[in-house]
Parts: sequence; C-alpha cells; structure tokens
Amino acid sequence: MKNELQKDHAELAKEFIKDENRVDWHDGALWFIREKRDKAIKRIPEWEELRDLASAIKDNVVSNLHGYLLEFEANLIKNGVKVYWAENAEEHNNIIYSILKKKGITEMVKSKSMLTEECGLNEFLQDNGIDVINSDLGEYIQQIDNEPPSHIVLPCIHKRKEEIGELFHEHLGTEKGLSDPTQLTRVARNHLRDMFLKRRAALTGVNFAVAETGEYVVCTNEGNADMGAHLSEVLIASMGLEKIVPRKKDLGVFLRMLARSATGQPITIYSSHFKKPRDGQEMHLVLVDAGRTRQLGRKDFVASLKCIKCGSCMNTCPVYRKSGGLSYQNTISGPIGAILAPNIDMKKHADLPYASTLCGSCTNVCPVKIDIHGQLYKWRQEIVQKGYATNTKMMGMQAMAKTLSSPSSYEIIGKAGRWILRNLPIAFNNNFNAWFRQREMPKSKKDSFSSWYQKTHPQKNNNNE
Amino acid sequence: MNSREKILEAVLKNQPQSTALPAVTTFPVPEGRPVDRFSEVFMEIGGFVYLVNGIDGIREMLNMQSEKKGRMVTTILELQDIAELVSSEHDPHSYSDVELAIIKGHFGVAENGAIWITDELMVQRALPYICQHLAVVIEEETIQKTLHEAYEKIGEGSYGFGGFISGPSKTADIEQALVLGAHGPLSMTVFILQSNKG
Repeated sequence: MKNELQKDHAELAKEFIKDENRVDWHDGALWFIREKRDKAIKRIPEWEELRDLASAIKDNVVSNLHGYLLEFEANLIKNGVKVYWAENAEEHNNIIYSILKKKGITEMVKSKSMLTEECGLNEFLQDNGIDVINSDLGEYIQQIDNEPPSHIVLPCIHKRKEEIGELFHEHLGTEKGLSDPTQLTRVARNHLRDMFLKRRAALTGVNFAVAETGEYVVCTNEGNADMGAHLSEVLIASMGLEKIVPRKKDLGVFLRMLARSATGQPITIYSSHFKKPRDGQEMHLVLVDAGRTRQLGRKDFVASLKCIKCGSCMNTCPVYRKSGGLSYQNTISGPIGAILAPNIDMKKHADLPYASTLCGSCTNVCPVKIDIHGQLYKWRQEIVQKGYATNTKMMGMQAMAKTLSSPSSYEIIGKAGRWILRNLPIAFNNNFNAWFRQREMPKSKKDSFSSWYQKTHPQKNNNNE
Repeated sequence: MNSREKILEAVLKNQPQSTALPAVTTFPVPEGRPVDRFSEVFMEIGGFVYLVNGIDGIREMLNMQSEKKGRMVTTILELQDIAELVSSEHDPHSYSDVELAIIKGHFGVAENGAIWITDELMVQRALPYICQHLAVVIEEETIQKTLHEAYEKIGEGSYGFGGFISGPSKTADIEQALVLGAHGPLSMTVFILQSNKG
C-alpha cells in the first residue's frame, strides 16, 4: 500500500491541496452528493422521526448486544450457516484462509467490505497463495492502483477519469487515452464477469444482520455481491459485531435511510437478504470483534458503534472534502473514521480527532444521530490526557490554559499579541501553525475589546444618582 | 476460553445499561395511487414500466421486439411458447449467456421503485443478476406504499434468499458519472398487470 505512515493528517492534506483545481473538483463532487441527499430526504416528511427511531433501535442494539448475538448465532445455525468468531484481524484472516484451503480454493471474488480492508485480508491471502479480486468497480480501481479506498461508499472518488483510464490501459490493455466512464465501466464489466464465472468462492460484507431470523442483508448498486454469491460454491460473509438489528421490520427503517443518506437514491438497486445456502452451496459467516467490544465499554464513544456506514458525514465534512480520504490513513476516513480509529490505535491515530473544525455538520446529517463532533472533541481531551498529542499542540494548550485561567495575564498576553500581529506577523504565521498555510491574518486593532467597550459604552450608573 | 466465549464475555461486561427497543412507528402513507408513484420513481431510477392487461399483453410486447437476438428465458409457464423455461436442475453458470430473463415478482414498493423477489420466483438465484436484460412482472394491486408496509407483507418469509431489485445495475464510481449496467443487467423493465377494478 502506498500509505506513508510517518506523516500525519495535516501533512498529507497539505500535499493533497497543492493542486488547487483538484481540490475544488473533489470538494464539489462530494458536496454534490450531499445536495442529492438533501433532496432525497425532503421527499420523506417523517425523516426526523425516522432518525429518532433508527437511533433508538441502535441504542437498544448496542446495549443488548450479548443477547442479540446469541439469538443471531442460533438462527444462523438453524438456517444451515456455519458461524465463526474472530477476536482480531489475524484470527479473521486465518479463518477465511482455512475455509478456502479446506476446499482447495486459490481464487476468490470479494464485494465491498470495509471490515476486510481493515483486516488486511487481501494482502494476507495473497501472501498465502490465494488471489482475491475486489469486484466493486471503485474498489477494483483502488486495488489495481495498490491504494486503499478513500471513501467507504465511493472508494475512488479522489481519482480523475484520465487517471483511471491510464490504470486500465496498464492493467486491462485498453486503448491509451480512453477515459470515457461508460466505456471504462464496460471493460471492467467484461473482465470481472469472467472472474465471477470462474471463481468458486465469494466473500461479501454485511450491511444489516437480523437477530430474529438469522438472515443478513447486503446492499449494492452494481450487482457485484449477487453475481459473486449466487455463482459461488463457497459463500463467506464477514461482519463486525455491531451490524445487528433486532427485528426484520427494523430493516424497513434502515433501508429507507441508508441509500438516501449515502447517495440520495431512494434505495440501493439491490438489497439482498441471505438466509440459507442454495443446494450444493456452503455458507460461512465470521463475526469480528477487532476492537468493537473495547469501544462498547467507552462511555463517551460507544455511540460510534451505531454507524450504518452511509458516508454522509464524509460528504458534508469541510475537512474531508478538502483533504481527501487517504490523508486519514485509516480504512474508514472522515469524521466517523476519526472516532473509530483512535479506539483501534490511539497513538497512531492521535492526529485524526483534530482533522475537524467541529462545525457539527456531520452530526446534523447522521441518520442514526451519532454526536460525531461531540465525540471528536472528547477524543481530543482523551488524547491529550494520555499524552499522545503532538508537542506543539501540548505546548500551545498548556500556555493557553495558563493564560485563560488568569485575567491579568490574559490582558497582558492580549496586548502583546495585538502588538505582535501588527508589527511581527511572522510570529503567528509560521510553520508551526497549520492554520496560516492558506490564510492571512486580519489587521489587528490597537485596543482590546474590553477597552473599546468601555470607551464606547460609558458607565451610566454613577450619572443617574 | 475460545474466541467466542471471550468476545461474548467482553460484550456482556462492556455493553451499556439497556435501553428499550422502540416499536416501529406507523407513518402516514403518501396520497395518490401507489402504481403511479411506483412508475414515476422506477423510471427516474432508469427503468422502463409498461402497464399491461394480462400475460398476453406481455407476449405481444416481447414479440414486437423480436429483432432482439439472443437467449430468452422465463420462469412463467404461460410464456414458455416464446421463451425457454428456467430449470432449477441446471448449474447457474449455464445461464451466463442469457440476453433477457422474464420472471415474476411478489410485489413492488411505491416509495422507492423496488420489487421483492424470492428464490422461489427466481428458480435460479443468479438469474436476475446474470442476465443482460431483466423483465419482472408484478400485479398492480400488490404494490405497497412504503418499505414499512413491504416488510409487514413479507413477514418472516420461507425463502432461502430474497431481494429487492429497483432497476438496472449501475455505478457512478468513475467521476460520479452515472453508468447503467455495472455487473448486473444493463436494463430492467417492469410489466404491471392492471387490475380490472378500473
């Protein structure tokens, strides 16, 4: 993978914004999707009630997960599905490997699954002699470019069609310079159709898992999950523990919201309910923890497990839109990723809760009402307390805390600050302060606010006597 | 202790104080005839809708398009004179060259243009996904207004596999340009059998 782990979000974002035209285009493409979402939800008068309902159902799920997992497992077994439990990525990958090995399978097709990206499944299987092909078009493009997805719904949203054309030329032998989206899609369709027909095993992610019936729902627009699943002799599903919904009728709530929130569609083209294997087929399902039980115990962050992965918080986030998903260095990027990632590795992802203006737009669009910006703010406090904040941030915060806790030093610093801004702007506008890289400071006034206020609003109390 | 026990123990220990499972609210359904709304939404998505009077109407329409070359299959007995009947005995891969598949759906959903189809009606689960063009027949009076109503109607269901399908497969992964025909069918047509009530 092309990840550069030594750089933080701000540094990678700095590289991303070097190309101003690209940033404007990326920003606009995502905002366009946000607008489509707005249009779609306005056609549903009860949208806000649906959000409340979805949020309450998911609150119930996370607070009764133990019982629901047992119920789901029992129903899966009744339906003839083999169930596995994996504590971490390594165990998950080994389970998939052993299923395939037992059947002597060396090639698999995979539909979109952020969990298996998170687990590094493709790399693991490849190292063990099993070839995996991502069949979602965006994920396929990212795979041949050896990059992780930059968006959970739109994996290659950061790429221009000319770049994709170049990749297809290199990997699929298309004519050089071909960049028409329809023609490129047809080429991928033909290539992947061959894979669907030849490969004996398929793996899908899971959007919703119904405890009371033991079925799971997979949503796609491309039809790739179904092509893989129904042609395979071994069908595997990987899911995080939190994907449970209690009742079948809860799907009516979540499927009404998922696609409208994600892309502004009334529903995805395919919402497939997998319950029992077809004759001659094996079905396996892996339940994965990988940090989820830890997040379940974090009072301040447990709500992040309600996420249904619609991506709407990314589409609306001003920081995501202008820095690109890859700068987050986590499979799930954007605001929700910045809450989930520090739970997995607080030190490595200490930069992510700062990749936000805390404007709250993410919270406003979230279909399950996660207080995303509130949680980002709380992570910052936790990260500073645990000593994972960068040195410049720590110094700045300590100085700020001292100043704000004493009115006299606040006044002195204020005076000095205004003088420096007027006479020595470089003291603020330097490389230590990322804020100024694209901005200029306003002209500073000589007066502080309080002395200006005293002058313009003379105290009248004494005069009245 | 194995992973299952360890995970379940951690879940039990860490899950927050239980909150109640809310009832799924009954929302007021939109005004207007479901068939009109269904057709409008389905065409917006990129599908074709034809209102027909009985299976004969469908046969006529398909015959009119007889210049369409290729393998035509169906799961509907009454259409076996113009299309090959799909068999559950065959390997699903053997349907990879199907040009047009005509199958029945259980019902449509007006708010999102989706049609509920289970494996019983598909005969081959792969069929509605592997064909180049898909045609689905539903009856007008079965159209539900919202997805909530749809799940009420489905109930538990006795299927092994069931799916909502709401149009031709599509992608917008390349620069957000909408392309119909990703991995599934390039087009989808719905034949709505009109009810005689007028």
